[in-house]
Amino acid sequence: MGPLITFYALALLAIVSAAITAFSRNIVHSAFALFGALAGVAGIYVLLGADFLFIIQIFIYIGGILVVTIFAVMLTQGIADVNVSNRAVGVLPALVTAGVAGGVMFYAIIHSSWYHARPGSATPTTYWIGDAFLGPYVLPFEVASLVLLAALIGAIVISRQEVRE
Amino acid sequence: MTPISYFLVLSALLFAIGVLGVLIRRNVIVMLMSIELMLNAVNLAFIALGRQVGSIDGQVIVFFVITVAAAEAAVGLGIVIAVFRNRATVNADELNLLRW
Repeated sequence: MGPLITFYALALLAIVSAAITAFSRNIVHSAFALFGALAGVAGIYVLLGADFLFIIQIFIYIGGILVVTIFAVMLTQGIADVNVSNRAVGVLPALVTAGVAGGVMFYAIIHSSWYHARPGSATPTTYWIGDAFLGPYVLPFEVASLVLLAALIGAIVISRQEVRE
Repeated sequence: MTPISYFLVLSALLFAIGVLGVLIRRNVIVMLMSIELMLNAVNLAFIALGRQVGSIDGQVIVFFVITVAAAEAAVGLGIVIAVFRNRATVNADELNLLRW
């Protein structure tokens, strides 16, 4: 019973925050509501026994991506700017598209016969993740570090101030 | 133990909200945030299904997805700031320089 109540609380937090992120007219509200959505999903990770990814979610999404996003909001809009342009367009086609995508997923989830997982105790996953990184996933792991390096340099080059003589 | 369909339904809901956000918003930063929502939904499905089959692969792939999301946020927001500096707008409809 306890895990179910926790699940509902975290799911409610994630869904409501995600809705505010996507539908709020104020972009600053969107950015701060993203925090709730990411934190809710992080809590769900704990329920699923993924302790390492919980920490990673907090570090990278909330500590990194969210802060960068808020920086971008502040740099482009201006806090004092009341006229924050974030109106909605094309609501009907968007609703149809999202409804079809969500409906297909719901249908697949409800009508699939999932076999029941063995209820195991929550054990640390770091050993097995490290094992996988140095075993079958060693090449993707190295490529990922290369991608990150390229993205870092690219972001600096793209967003730096152009100096003209 | 919470059934897997609960987690998958939550994932589908988050994904649908992300799709809606990308389609109805014209502010590029909000569109990027909605893409992060969709990536999070996919991560959730990966972890839930990985636990279901008792495999660590789901979590390892989520790690790579988070890596790509971080790169996407850094480069995407860098582009947004560069565009804002040049065009003074972050409205996707006004960024039509390459359109004819």
